[in-house]
Amino acid sequence: MDTIFNPLIGGLLIGLATTIYLLSLGKVIGISGILSQLLFKKGRLLPFLFIAGLIIGGSAYGVLTEQTVAFPESRSPWLLIISGLLVGYGTRLGGGCTSGHGVCGISRLSPRSLVATAVFMVVAIITVSITN
Amino acid sequence: MYAVITLISGLLFGLGLAFSEMTNPSVVIGFLDIFGDWNPSLLVVMASAISVGMIGYSVQRKRTTPLFSGKWQIPTLQQIDSKLIIGSSLFGIGWGLSGYCPGPGLTALVNNPSEGVYFVAALIAGSGLHYFQAYITNK
Repeated sequence: MDTIFNPLIGGLLIGLATTIYLLSLGKVIGISGILSQLLFKKGRLLPFLFIAGLIIGGSAYGVLTEQTVAFPESRSPWLLIISGLLVGYGTRLGGGCTSGHGVCGISRLSPRSLVATAVFMVVAIITVSITN
Repeated sequence: MYAVITLISGLLFGLGLAFSEMTNPSVVIGFLDIFGDWNPSLLVVMASAISVGMIGYSVQRKRTTPLFSGKWQIPTLQQIDSKLIIGSSLFGIGWGLSGYCPGPGLTALVNNPSEGVYFVAALIAGSGLHYFQAYITNK
């Protein structure tokens, strides 16, 4: 039950966040883009507030909600570093991640985002099938 | 108002990730592992978020301006080019390796700091590398 109910509620909250942000401020939520604004652009207050909210909200994990799957045992720092570099560089080159392309882009049926999401999903599935 | 909405949106987004367990990379890898013991959570999250998002965009199309801003700033790029494909492929490899995409990776700073610090440092370095490269190229 929880495997459907919690993701359903979680998805609704994410959809609500993107909708409030869109209709109030006129912008699309893309985490990779907001992070790069915080790091490299002028006007850091807003991206800071968003990322702070994201981390605070995300830390409700296991507090407000029940954890059904264990976190991975601490994995090799090198795996995490290579992964982080690829995610950081790739999302900026491709102009979006799971939020910007995956949620917001598909919500407005952007062909670019549909292609991007299909590509990163398929490549990630292949990557997992090789590494697992 | 602008700042309050931004903070609330971030909070709701983070809560959504937490509720759906997307903050846990094992759940994400469980979804990507379609040939193994498949965990459909991420599909449910995406479908549910996109359904609400579609309602948002249908309202957006009927309004001339946002509530607290003078104009819409929705991406207008249309072309499907090599940057989009290569960038998304690199992202897919990185995502598959650890199970972290940017949002859940940032929340790992709190939820799983021994992993989060390495991932986020590299995430910042990777996006910095792209920023630097774009800066040099446009000079």
